[in-house]
Amino acid sequence: MDKKLEPIVKAIQDKFSATFEEFRDEVHLFVKPEQIIDALTLLRDEFNFELLSALTATDYWPQETPRFHVIYQLTSLVKNLSVQIRVPVNGSSPNVPTATRVYSVANWRERELLDMFGIEFDGHPDPRRILSPEDMEGHPLRKDFPLGYEEPQFTFNFDEIDLRKPYAKE
Amino acid sequence: MSQIEEVSLDKFKHLVSERALTGETMLLNMGPQHPSTHGVLRLLLELDGEIIVNCIPDIGYLHTGIEKNMEAKTYQKAEVMTDRLDYMNTMGNNLAYVMAVEKLVDLDVPVRAQALRVILTELQRIASHLVWLGTSGLDLAAMSMFLYCFREREQILDIFELVSGQRMMTTYFRPGGVWRDVPVEFEKAVRDFIKIFPKRVDEYETLLTKNPLFLDRMLSIGRLSKEVALSYGVTGPMLRASGVDWDLRKARPYCGYEQYDFNVPTRTEGDTYARYLVRVQELRESIKIVEQALNKLPLGPVRSSNRKFVTPPRSEIGVSMESLIHHFKLWTEGFPAPKASIYSAVESPRGELGLMLEGDGGPKPYRVHLRTPSFDNLGVLSQIVKGHLVADLVAILSSTDIVLGDIDR
Repeated sequence: MDKKLEPIVKAIQDKFSATFEEFRDEVHLFVKPEQIIDALTLLRDEFNFELLSALTATDYWPQETPRFHVIYQLTSLVKNLSVQIRVPVNGSSPNVPTATRVYSVANWRERELLDMFGIEFDGHPDPRRILSPEDMEGHPLRKDFPLGYEEPQFTFNFDEIDLRKPYAKE
Repeated sequence: MSQIEEVSLDKFKHLVSERALTGETMLLNMGPQHPSTHGVLRLLLELDGEIIVNCIPDIGYLHTGIEKNMEAKTYQKAEVMTDRLDYMNTMGNNLAYVMAVEKLVDLDVPVRAQALRVILTELQRIASHLVWLGTSGLDLAAMSMFLYCFREREQILDIFELVSGQRMMTTYFRPGGVWRDVPVEFEKAVRDFIKIFPKRVDEYETLLTKNPLFLDRMLSIGRLSKEVALSYGVTGPMLRASGVDWDLRKARPYCGYEQYDFNVPTRTEGDTYARYLVRVQELRESIKIVEQALNKLPLGPVRSSNRKFVTPPRSEIGVSMESLIHHFKLWTEGFPAPKASIYSAVESPRGELGLMLEGDGGPKPYRVHLRTPSFDNLGVLSQIVKGHLVADLVAILSSTDIVLGDIDR
């Protein structure tokens, strides 16, 4: 770990009783969903992490608790440091408070996560899908969403599948 | 079966002003097939006469599920998807991906391969900026700019064809090095380009930089302050035009960028003209890097000799049983990566191109996230166009230099 990062990691650990992992000099801090806004605000205001470089998630299905990790990749331009905050979220109620008021970039990035993973951000000013069509069902980047799957129609079941197959008809 | 619904204002109620609900202001669709949106981007504009009150970008028309597709491919095969991401910066995307893979599996890269990577990504940066310069000239009715810029870009694409066989979807960089060494004609082709290019940039500047018509359209248009830019995650030339000196090539050197002498151009105005000046200056800096890297291009291997990750050369396969096994295993099964996640970022022509790569111990990535700069650079658009004319929106949009393939992924 970078020496300059040690006091920052320690501060977050003490304040939020966060656990941390290290891999190839990258630090991942784990905090609870209800602490994330305080943690981000602290990092931005006290430790100069001005840039939220990436906001994304990973799905660990079929594991349910936690099913998702919401990932905040923060960069400090002044100190030239990076730190990653991970928020484990359960599959039954994937809710995280919105970070829009801390970093404006979170607005679109959270919409992307809502669209792709179905993770809901409480208090989000504009909770719409961003990339897929609004009438789409399911969340494509979830691990239980099949890749390129379409029910094949054969002569014996053509009409049966045709009834429930979603496409525009005359 | 889903019915086609009529679009109602209810969905956008919270995004437009109250005057739109009473019909006092007009809602207008710009795009998705408008030529100045540089791809398929739809902007829903709320207009008071010709003044923009609100701008709601609608993206996703080019969404192809690249992240999901990469999860289903081995680490070697997933690389071709990155070419299709930001199609103006194929070499740079390859670089971001191979660097992430190399970091995840801890793989060394020979110095010659690193120098070749620098030369080619800098040429790609020039090509990308040339497309931006040409098309933004075209948007402001400077037709000749487009033709001049594409003339030079053609020369760069010829170099790419020389080294990789492809003009655009190159996939030339591979984890652990590059595909193969460059042919002997490479050096002359690049030298020819280095010789003519600075003069050509002077010519572009004669046409535009002090052109009064151009200045009228660009000066004080689309001002972006430093604080707003950082909060919206804006990176690259757009951030540097707003007065933040942040370039990953300087701040966190990779691929041996620390050996080369170059400046990071910055401006403080933050308007469209500042973005123009920063990018034109970057053209000059990039050609400086190409020249230095070519002058000290070291000799040696271009692929790592770590056989667990890089296939052996063809000549070895016939004589060594072990090489044959490695070749077979790597192309059928792929190589395993540890169960861990890394984030690695490079400076693309548009900003910070980051990759969050997570392995699960197997030969396929468990999760790939592409942090694409255009996505965040477009996110700030609705903030900087407010109060401008519709015609200025065209200038602002071209100055953000977005690529829709990069946004929608």
